[in-house]
Amino acid sequence: MKPALTFRHLVIAALLVGLTLLPLYVALTGDRFMLTLFTRIVILAMAAVSLNLILGYGGMMSFGHAAYLGLGGYTTAILSFEGVHGGFVQWPAALAVSALFALVVGALSLRTRGVYFIMITLAFAQMAYYLASGMARYGGDDGLSLETRSTFGDLMDLSNKTTFYYVCLVLLFASILLVWRLTNSRFGMVLQGVRSNETRMSAIGYPAFRYRLTGFVIAGTLCGLAGALIANHTDFVSPSMMFWTRSGDLIVMVVLGGMGTLFGPVFGALALLFLEQFLPHFISFVVRPINPAGAAKAGEYWQLVLGPLLLVIVLFARGGIDGLLAMLSDKLGRKVRP
Amino acid sequence: MSEPMLKVEGLAKRFGGIVATDNLSLDVAPGELHAIIGPNGAGKTTLIAQLSGQLRADFGRIRFAGDDITALPPHKRSLLGLARSFQITSLFLDLSVLDNVALAVQAHAGHSFRFWRNARKDEALRAPARAALERAGLAGRADGPAASLSHGEHRQLELAMALAGEPRMLLLDEPMAGLGPEESARMVSMLRALKGELTILLVEHDMEAVFALADRITVLVYGRVIASGTPDDIRADAKVREAYLGESDKEGAHV
Repeated sequence: MKPALTFRHLVIAALLVGLTLLPLYVALTGDRFMLTLFTRIVILAMAAVSLNLILGYGGMMSFGHAAYLGLGGYTTAILSFEGVHGGFVQWPAALAVSALFALVVGALSLRTRGVYFIMITLAFAQMAYYLASGMARYGGDDGLSLETRSTFGDLMDLSNKTTFYYVCLVLLFASILLVWRLTNSRFGMVLQGVRSNETRMSAIGYPAFRYRLTGFVIAGTLCGLAGALIANHTDFVSPSMMFWTRSGDLIVMVVLGGMGTLFGPVFGALALLFLEQFLPHFISFVVRPINPAGAAKAGEYWQLVLGPLLLVIVLFARGGIDGLLAMLSDKLGRKVRP
Repeated sequence: MSEPMLKVEGLAKRFGGIVATDNLSLDVAPGELHAIIGPNGAGKTTLIAQLSGQLRADFGRIRFAGDDITALPPHKRSLLGLARSFQITSLFLDLSVLDNVALAVQAHAGHSFRFWRNARKDEALRAPARAALERAGLAGRADGPAASLSHGEHRQLELAMALAGEPRMLLLDEPMAGLGPEESARMVSMLRALKGELTILLVEHDMEAVFALADRITVLVYGRVIASGTPDDIRADAKVREAYLGESDKEGAHV
């Protein structure tokens, strides 16, 4: 048996406590930027958690998951533009639009496998991207600004950044709880069975398609909620949030963090956004003593460092960050108990 | 004779120019252990695939327990009580042994659109799964991952999964394939225990096992039935001897 409390559990606990106490740190140091960065991390972590449900547990390599971020965001922004500011209308609408889109995309794409599935999900996401670019009334390529954030009467005020951060955090925790229950339920067992061996699943009596489609719709809907949050976070939506590279980012977060693990996507989002933010500064810092004039320029090439870094993690830590933590737990556990 | 459990009439399947199943008819009586033998390439696995629904026949009809199942997809045939095991081990290798069998139980326990309760703690699934593992002789290995089992244990797990849905009929595709003498003997005694309780269609290369177990034997050559009868009939049949001896002559010529 594994020990009840491993190093991995401690890191996860530290992550959760850290995320919860972040506003305290911000209040003490006055570092408002960290609050903005972490709000973004929490929202994208939620999107990654939703993708992980189908990618990690369901084995469905969706390459168009950012479409739901855009759909959720645009639904919120368009309603706001048309004078509907109530969050109780906007957010359920964002969920409904995302669910409907996922139902259509899933019903068509889940009939295919492998590369074809990847291409079809990608194609639908690009369709959503061009659709948004073409909506002249709602800003077209330039995007659309939100006049005000979603309103929830006296219940909460999302324009307060700390309140908004906690709303996002609670929803992230709720998503993780949902995925945890789902993946251990009968439904989740079927999803994982289909990932493992679909032929066998139909041989023992499962109509696999229905279960895969249901998983696909749940994941899309959850990501739509993250989209409504991100529109509120940036007070702005634009087609670029649906561009295929955004879907790629979400996949990187899931793979980097650990596919099919509960907290992997959160680690992945945290790691990727942190690298994105701080790698340029770090490179400039390292280059400065060698070539002071070129230091700022060198920082721009941060992706040249990020790429190989991701490659190393994927190649040598098969389970991503979560796998790395599990490995460390094993080693530490063995040391403690000879 | 009562109505057969499985009735196959005029089944045919072609892959391009190759005739895999050629106007094949077959009756399997309830409770019977019916073995299908034949040289390599005789179309035995293709027949199993058509019976279980993975392949659609070009012509012919399949009736199971009175229902016409010719057009049904695999999962519906399974739910009617027609279970199959695979020649090439086909398991959920990344799940635990007990999870594998519990999934087979769950398939027959109504729909699985249940999203909240922990299925791994659900005794309605776990208890029958443990019972099936017990019958297949794997009770001690329940908690390990399926990937950690030996080849022989994989064959036992295949059987446990087929049994878990409480089927009326088993389609067993070479359950003895790749087993050592000791494991084969264990598999034979397990099948003997199931005989009579279930209708079984057994495709197998191990002649010793087939002649020890079968009530009736059908011999396939190039997708066609060349003989069908009791083990004694088959042993005495001139066409069967010719088919088998002819085949081994040809194999000898290659060497």
